[in-house]
Amino acid sequence: MDWLGPEEWSAVALSLRVSLWATLAALPVGLFVAYILARCDFPGRQVLNGLVHLPLILPPVVTGYLLLLTFGVRGPVGSVLHEFGITLAFRWTGAALAAAIMGFPLMVRAIRLSIEAVDPKLEQAAATLGASRFWVFVTVTLPLILPGILVGSILGFAKAMGEFGATITFVSNIPGQTQTLPSAIYAFLQVPGGENAALRLVAISVAVALAALVLSEVLARKMARRIGTS
Amino acid sequence: MSLSVAIQHSVGETNFSIKFDAPDGLTALFGRSGAGKTTVINAVAGLLRPQTGKVVVNGRVLFDSNNGTNVAPHKRRLGYIFQEARLFPHLSVRQNLKYGRWFASQSARTESIDRVVDMLGIGSLLDRAPNGLSGGEKQRVAIGRALLAGPELILADEPLAALDAARKAEILPYFETLRDEARIPILYVSHSATEVARLATTVVALEDGKVAQQGSASEVLSDPSFTPTGVRAAGAILEAIISKHHADGLTELDACGVPLLLPRLSKPIGMRVRVRITAQDVILSKDRPTGLSALNILPGRIISMRTGDGPGAMVSIQTPAGKILARITRRSANSLGLNIGSECHAVVKSVSVAPQDIGGA
Repeated sequence: MDWLGPEEWSAVALSLRVSLWATLAALPVGLFVAYILARCDFPGRQVLNGLVHLPLILPPVVTGYLLLLTFGVRGPVGSVLHEFGITLAFRWTGAALAAAIMGFPLMVRAIRLSIEAVDPKLEQAAATLGASRFWVFVTVTLPLILPGILVGSILGFAKAMGEFGATITFVSNIPGQTQTLPSAIYAFLQVPGGENAALRLVAISVAVALAALVLSEVLARKMARRIGTS
Repeated sequence: MSLSVAIQHSVGETNFSIKFDAPDGLTALFGRSGAGKTTVINAVAGLLRPQTGKVVVNGRVLFDSNNGTNVAPHKRRLGYIFQEARLFPHLSVRQNLKYGRWFASQSARTESIDRVVDMLGIGSLLDRAPNGLSGGEKQRVAIGRALLAGPELILADEPLAALDAARKAEILPYFETLRDEARIPILYVSHSATEVARLATTVVALEDGKVAQQGSASEVLSDPSFTPTGVRAAGAILEAIISKHHADGLTELDACGVPLLLPRLSKPIGMRVRVRITAQDVILSKDRPTGLSALNILPGRIISMRTGDGPGAMVSIQTPAGKILARITRRSANSLGLNIGSECHAVVKSVSVAPQDIGGA
């Protein structure tokens, strides 16, 4: 890939790594939160719902700063993690955390909608046939919401690829370490003669986003056909 | 006693207080919507938790508000057949059938898949997806799925209500087979007098959240004071044996010595059948009528009579063939001088005994 400079290439690779980890780590939590929001009635449900959606409404810089306050080396969570040798601030792992949190509302929303679309009567039927709550989820709910999980993951991934504000606030813009694609584009635009490099990265961004969209569409359709919902 | 239910539950303004014991065979919960049928069946299944009460199946306490027992639905070992088949759309018919087996203990797997598939005639559907099946096929698969879970009790909540007349006629015989061959008690919810007449061993009639009556199908359905689904649907059941097929297309039945004629039944001579005679197809005559086109005339004695606010009267007549119901006007009752104890003749129009009202018993 000699049409990309080493700095540009490392930004692309870092972004892919950050987004992949962000999506994978957020998915189990997102699935759990989506399930209890869709199917359980408990006090504080609306509070949880609001919290999940907060990153969508807050200015990303604010989210990033709150992350820094919480997960920074001197923050309440960050200092504990630091004791165990885990540092998030100004590391790629921190970028993954920021990306996961920013993509979380989109992911939860998509999965929650798909759970709500599953007829509870089917889950009841499974229970009367001897399936415990866990097995109802594994054998009925989960297969039926796979398209929703896929769409949620891809939305989360796409959001992670494009995350800028929270990331740059929380982990800064260190080439090779925390400089993701959007940060790199921003950096190139700050220096004279960086437009060409920026344009190349913009093209890659667009390509990745489009590929993700097309892939999700194709896979979701395939799954829907298999589970007989279309 | 295979099933014993005693529950109190209120939803909004409605209070349900329902208590009954069901013997083996098919017990029909009969009544109009809102009477509490679905409340009962869901309480038995564990899908609804009654405020107080007790549910016992085959000696096993599934729910008892006194000591807080409430067995989870998946541990109750019941086979629930819903109104809509509720097949799992992501599984094939075969996988749907095997679903309950997966969770059943080895000892509960008494039914062989091949036998059930055979009985329900769904062998050709096994590899299909539920979405491509007709309503009747779906319901047959649902019956098989419930049966193969190895249940101790089968629950059926208006399993035919969502089907058209032809599909109903397709599914009804399977419930008869289930009742006669599977040796599993069945609790069957219905608001259709026809279904109840044809299937029920025992009828538990519900009205306004209470058990209005309980007894054999012929007892309950021939009671003139009980017309839960309206006087138009009221009708009595007679048990009869097919005695002769006449050359003119009529079949003769023997109902305890009384001959009954009806259009050709394609069933063998000697077979027991249940005949349903709806009250509005019966007219009464003081003397044995002559010169009538009606073929079936049963002598009898009036044993009860119920009048309401309207002009009609529901009369129950004891005949040698069994109790039958007649719906006449109060005016005719007065002008004929019909009272409890009066001798009379019940005239049944043979054409009114519709084929779908007749079932093997």
